[in-house]
Amino acid sequence: MAPILELRGITKRFPGVLANDHIHLTLEQGQIHALLGENGAGKTTLMNILYGLYQPDEGEIFINGQKVTIHSPADAIAQGIGMVHQHFMLIPVFTVTENVMLGEESTRFDGFLDREAAAARVRDISEQYGLAVDPYAYVKDLPVGVQQRVEIIKLLYRKADILILDEPTAVLTPQEVDELFVIMRSLVDQGKSIIFISHKLREVLEIADLITVIRRGRVVGSVRPEEADQYRLASMMVGRDVKLELERPTSEPGEPVLEVENLLVADELGQLAVDHVSFNVRGGEILGIAGVQGNGQTELIEAITGHRHILEGKVRLLGQDVTNAPPRVITELGTGYIPEDRQRDGLVLPFPVMDNLILRTYYKPPFARGRRMEWEAVRQHAEALVKQYDIRTPNVFTLCSALSGGNQQKVIVARELSRPIRLLVAAQPTRGLDVGSIEYIHQQILQKRSQGVAVLLASTELDEILQLSDRVAVMYRGQIVAIVPAAEASKDYIGLLMAGVPPEEARQRIGRKPVEIG
Amino acid sequence: MNPEETPQKPDLGKLILNELNHTSPQPPEKTKRGIPQSVLIPLLAVVTGLIFGAIFIILTSQEVYAGFGQSFGAGLAAMWDVVARSYAALFTGALGDPVRMINALQSGNALEIRRAFNPFLESLVTSTPYIFAGLAVALGFRAGVFNIGAEGQLFIGAITSTYIGYKLVGLPMIIHLPLALLAGALGGALWGFIPGWLKAKTGGHEVINTIMMNYIAFRLSEWLLTGPMKRPGSYNPVSPEIQPSAWLPRFFDDPIRFHLGFFLALGLAYVVYWFLFKTTWGFELRTVGSNPFGAKYAGMDVTRNTILAMTLSGALAGLAGANEVLGVNHFLAMAFSSGYGFDSIALALLGNNHPVGVVLASLLFGTLRNGATRMQLSADIPIDIISVLQAVILAFIAAPAIIRSLYRLRKPAEGEGLITIKGWGG
Repeated sequence: MAPILELRGITKRFPGVLANDHIHLTLEQGQIHALLGENGAGKTTLMNILYGLYQPDEGEIFINGQKVTIHSPADAIAQGIGMVHQHFMLIPVFTVTENVMLGEESTRFDGFLDREAAAARVRDISEQYGLAVDPYAYVKDLPVGVQQRVEIIKLLYRKADILILDEPTAVLTPQEVDELFVIMRSLVDQGKSIIFISHKLREVLEIADLITVIRRGRVVGSVRPEEADQYRLASMMVGRDVKLELERPTSEPGEPVLEVENLLVADELGQLAVDHVSFNVRGGEILGIAGVQGNGQTELIEAITGHRHILEGKVRLLGQDVTNAPPRVITELGTGYIPEDRQRDGLVLPFPVMDNLILRTYYKPPFARGRRMEWEAVRQHAEALVKQYDIRTPNVFTLCSALSGGNQQKVIVARELSRPIRLLVAAQPTRGLDVGSIEYIHQQILQKRSQGVAVLLASTELDEILQLSDRVAVMYRGQIVAIVPAAEASKDYIGLLMAGVPPEEARQRIGRKPVEIG
Repeated sequence: MNPEETPQKPDLGKLILNELNHTSPQPPEKTKRGIPQSVLIPLLAVVTGLIFGAIFIILTSQEVYAGFGQSFGAGLAAMWDVVARSYAALFTGALGDPVRMINALQSGNALEIRRAFNPFLESLVTSTPYIFAGLAVALGFRAGVFNIGAEGQLFIGAITSTYIGYKLVGLPMIIHLPLALLAGALGGALWGFIPGWLKAKTGGHEVINTIMMNYIAFRLSEWLLTGPMKRPGSYNPVSPEIQPSAWLPRFFDDPIRFHLGFFLALGLAYVVYWFLFKTTWGFELRTVGSNPFGAKYAGMDVTRNTILAMTLSGALAGLAGANEVLGVNHFLAMAFSSGYGFDSIALALLGNNHPVGVVLASLLFGTLRNGATRMQLSADIPIDIISVLQAVILAFIAAPAIIRSLYRLRKPAEGEGLITIKGWGG
């Protein structure tokens, strides 16, 4: 029998870029086929071709042995191909059923929407595949994991046989990931086929039947999970050997550098985002803030660094009160800050690398004398940092917008770590970066820790938190529900806390045993 | 939320600014081979504009239709003839007729020499207000504000410097002239400060507020010229004559009007360049303009810089007005500006918001405009064609994508840079 989907020699060129270079891919019916690769490797381009968003320059697509051309997402859906995007396409104020019906509205004889019939179908699908979704619930009230199931139901409602899931685990807690995997199994058991896009090695090994690794637009190879391990996959992805485990030297925490007391912070809509949060970070210590995205971490970090108004509470830096102090004061006291949104806050993209490297010290000698900029000093400084931090750029005059994400982040890291600092605040320092860049940035952060710098690390990547932190603070709905020493911070335990399970209950559920990290 | 705390979200103005930044000439792209796109695109836009202009000239020419009425060949000949004659007239009207210059120099007749060289110098005179106003808008763009109010600021600057110019009597030039110029700058600065302050403090968009400020300035000028500042005994709404001690000195006798203002404008272009690129003030202004969030992160005061930019922009536009009344007209009338403030938006775009670019663009514009008069006379081309020509050039400049696709140029930045330096693993 012919495979349900076959891509032959797919090639896609963008001006100056070969995004896909003669890619072959075969998906058997009932298979979970993982597509693994770094950011920019060409996974998304390939899937966008399959979904009809791009036209390939060369190559053919076969479905059930039949050659097809896909001009639009509508074509793709008609061919039984459905895609769940990384960012959900749901309307929050509609119910599950209404969201599912959108674009496929079934009407009664009188032309009105037939919500009941649609809801019944949603319920049927939900039961058939174990999706557990209430058809009448409003999407805005659903947790992220359930919203994702709504997206899957949308595809099944349209009778998709091939499901493309683009980085589906990025927004989920570890428990939600497990649930998703159960659903994926149930889908393939009942004859659906899945393409699972990811850059997380562990997950790919756990769920996939076949793993195809893509690097720089080419298929590096396909392996079965039982033949592979994380090291092999990582080196296939990156093209060289990669260290996955970090050596974390022991470090003696010193005096408290950052003290946060009963902090209250509101978000843009005026809702309480940080709710009576207290903690401190000592020199030579990494405090990790774990939590599912949107639980107040962003607001907390912004408040500490002077970018968001603090309603109540106190922030002390080296014993000095910096509550609602301007960012520059906090910076000058010795704070390095790697912001969450590197392109929005951390860089001025239309400026050269050289200018971005002095973004927070431009007014000081040797970069400025009085009001005069000393561009020669700026250039020399930039050239030294480019070398020291291995920033891959043609030269220091290159605009930051022309750098890859990893190199943009390196510009920020170089700028923030090259100053004498006492506190490093790093928010999602490796989000969206490739394995090599992540490895590098982690080493840099650990090095600062060894030098006695206090590090506050916020990340939604639980692996990252667990690898780096000396203590883990878990945020849930604006509160720190627990601060756990590294030795007791197991993935399961922290995962339960992230999902809002109270600490005592979480402890009971994992059987109270202290579990090793990772 | 307090608008002071949050930089504004990107809006239409920001989008335009972002598009501009892609072709911005700072920093010098030293690694690129050949002509950088920041030069190539305006150049191609001008050439394309002239080609389109030729088409308009042909389409509006009676001779061409008459020629085609006779025969196809005659039609083609008429087409060539009318375009060649028009552009020749444009050229001599703008820069002078070389034959006439040589003859004049040989004859040794001073008046004739002045007349022969006048077109070129008159082009510089026409260019001068464009330089001032173009710098005003460019400085605003660099700081992320879209100053559409240059025209209004120019009027206010003209009013204040005219007032100082005729009201103060008996001062020596060395005091009176700087005072009158300063008054123009301050008037414009005030008119720029108000929308700048409104934007920074309330979030009110400067595009709307500067347009409104323009109307206020126009009506205010009309009222002043028909009332308090009306020339005694005159039936026209014009101000009294400005004292000669406040005139920008001219370098030659009549009919040459070439005056000091041109050199002031060039000097100011250098000052603006120095300010923007060589001082921390300029660095802050440009950072705020390119990314207000990044500016806040860098510890800069976004509010203060926005107000500062609008104020400085207004001052430059005010000087454009002062330059016209003190250098050319020596009194104020409603018609003293032929839309310099509005054209300057286009000039800033054409010059990539760089002072050098603005000067070059202004010279081009002043020259085109000056030559247009002559073209109308000797080639019987409606002056509107010139406006069409300018509009077409601008349309191409403002939308570099058109030029890029016409001439199959590749888009700079992201795309190509990204791939050559992609990844740092392998």
